[in-house]
Amino acid sequence: MLGFAVLNPTYETVSDSMLETLDILLTASFWAATLRIATPLIFGTLGELICERAGVLNLGIEGIMVAGALIGWLSVYMGADLVTGVALAFLTGVAFGLLHGALTVPLALSQHVSGIGITLLATSLSYYAYRIILPDVPSPPRIEPFQPIVWPILSEIPLIGPSLFAGQTAMTWLALALVALTAWVLYRTPVGLAVRACGENPAAAEAQGIDVTAVRMGAVAVGSGLMAVGGAFLTMSAFNAFFFEMINGRGWICIALVVFASWRPGKALLGALLFGAFDALQVRLQQTIGGDLPYQLFLMLPFVLSILALIVMSRRAAYPKALMVPYRKGER
Amino acid sequence: MATRRGFVQAGLGAALGLAAAMGAGGPALAQEAEPIDVAAIYTVPVEQQWVSRIHLALQAAEERGDVTYTFSENVANTDYERVMREYADQGIDLIVGEVFGVERAAREVAADYPDTAFLMGSSFGPAGENFSVFDNWIHEPSYLTGMVAGSMTESNLIGMVGGYPIPEVNRLMHAFMDGAREVNPEVQFLVSFIGSWYDPPAAQEAAFAMIDSGADIMYAERYGVSDAAEERGVYAIGNVIDTQEEYPGTVIASALWHMEPTIDRAIAAVRDGSFTAEDYGPYSYMAHGGGSLAPMSADIIPGDVLDMVEAKRQEILDGLFRVNVNDTEPRSTR
Repeated sequence: MLGFAVLNPTYETVSDSMLETLDILLTASFWAATLRIATPLIFGTLGELICERAGVLNLGIEGIMVAGALIGWLSVYMGADLVTGVALAFLTGVAFGLLHGALTVPLALSQHVSGIGITLLATSLSYYAYRIILPDVPSPPRIEPFQPIVWPILSEIPLIGPSLFAGQTAMTWLALALVALTAWVLYRTPVGLAVRACGENPAAAEAQGIDVTAVRMGAVAVGSGLMAVGGAFLTMSAFNAFFFEMINGRGWICIALVVFASWRPGKALLGALLFGAFDALQVRLQQTIGGDLPYQLFLMLPFVLSILALIVMSRRAAYPKALMVPYRKGER
Repeated sequence: MATRRGFVQAGLGAALGLAAAMGAGGPALAQEAEPIDVAAIYTVPVEQQWVSRIHLALQAAEERGDVTYTFSENVANTDYERVMREYADQGIDLIVGEVFGVERAAREVAADYPDTAFLMGSSFGPAGENFSVFDNWIHEPSYLTGMVAGSMTESNLIGMVGGYPIPEVNRLMHAFMDGAREVNPEVQFLVSFIGSWYDPPAAQEAAFAMIDSGADIMYAERYGVSDAAEERGVYAIGNVIDTQEEYPGTVIASALWHMEPTIDRAIAAVRDGSFTAEDYGPYSYMAHGGGSLAPMSADIIPGDVLDMVEAKRQEILDGLFRVNVNDTEPRSTR
């Protein structure tokens, strides 16, 4: 009897939260939020995936996202249009990518050390540039960000209409298109084959007449560009201003998502969406059953669930054989 | 080598200092007109709402010629003690900052520099002889904005997004909730914390979720919340800074914090040598001008609500009404 009395409230909380979760899953607002949260992760994960597929780990991602977030937003603030802003953010990423590439590919330095150095450098440079350009503003200036695209007819479909065809900006559509494009390039074109060969067995690639250094440099440059666009999404689409520390660890999540994805673009999309869904869910659960449980539990939820998913998924993950192995020409 | 050069420099410095003192005709006279040296150490950029109020008050003091003002922003808590010591070693008269993450270490630094005055944002009390504390005690205007929110909500559901549930955040949230409940006993609250001071997209997501589940007034503790309210066409209540001009028709009332009474009092105390360890918290109260209610949107808020809030404001100023202080973590009530 006593046991029942003690157990009963717990049972009610659990069944309540399950019902609440079901309710949440059936709202368009939840799916729209999932995509919004996932978008920067899709860009970042694709970028990291491209680098790693060529054999170069890029821990500069967190800093490159900061730089992209700053440059994209700043360009628009200074008068450029949104598309130019995204392009400039991409080029900023390319620049940092070339730096990371130069240190790790021809110079064959530690990819870990160089990557972390890039993160520190890009982050600090961004803050420095921000303060030099805007020495004294009461609050960060706002720009007019990308607006959601409302598709005719398609937006009328229940659930996916309002969440996908009326609730997302051009940048989210770009991210989704890039998943398909990356998969196509990696698996269906000679360039993709060269990238994968350089990540698996650079000596064999070289023997086929592929310039390993050029391919790796190119992959790191393009991948870093995508990371920067992921950062720019936060200041130009999800929000409308640049804040110090607003990337808030999203780059590190992308590193984990690449492993989750087993270095495959389709699974990268799945992983990013899964993380986005967990995050959108925790925000909503915090508001419905948050009266009973500590809020930290909810904040933890997407990470715990992602770790569990990572454990399940990575059991069969096949990583690029030459990942983090510098290639020195002629060395046995 | 280094030691000898340091010795020579120190000797030169002392000689020059002596000459300067003699030339000025007595140090006491010179001090009277000289501005005091103030340094501020912030853990966040000066745009952050909370810190921007301190920055503003110190800039005003510098313009008046009362102080020379330098600051370090975005200082990590792990570096905070070192930066405090550096400023203290430079002979700064008054060091201002926020020690919520380094409460004990900061008090130890203050004890090591008895000739330096410290005025720090803190969750705890003053310490030693020279470590004074302040905080944004604007629970009174928060209560008033709560009354506005409670009167204006039609769904009887108010959303609140916070960074972390630390005492200074909780206190204002509870005061706001109490004010809303006074005028509307039916009102319910959705509360969530995003676990970051600086993630506007995350704050915006939390706000969207609340609005989508029926909240029609948002308490904007973080950047991002007013933007969500603006996009979805619901009202928001500002906190610490006045954002009504930036979000016209969205932010309809704000509880403001003014650091000037606190800063000016500390400067005066340092100047006349009377600075001691003291709690400056009350100088953020409405009675001292440290907290205020920003002009409300009279075109949106009905006249009887404006009158009611104004009457309560007067009661608080006259000492007839005391807003409850509650530092516990607020939770969703639905």
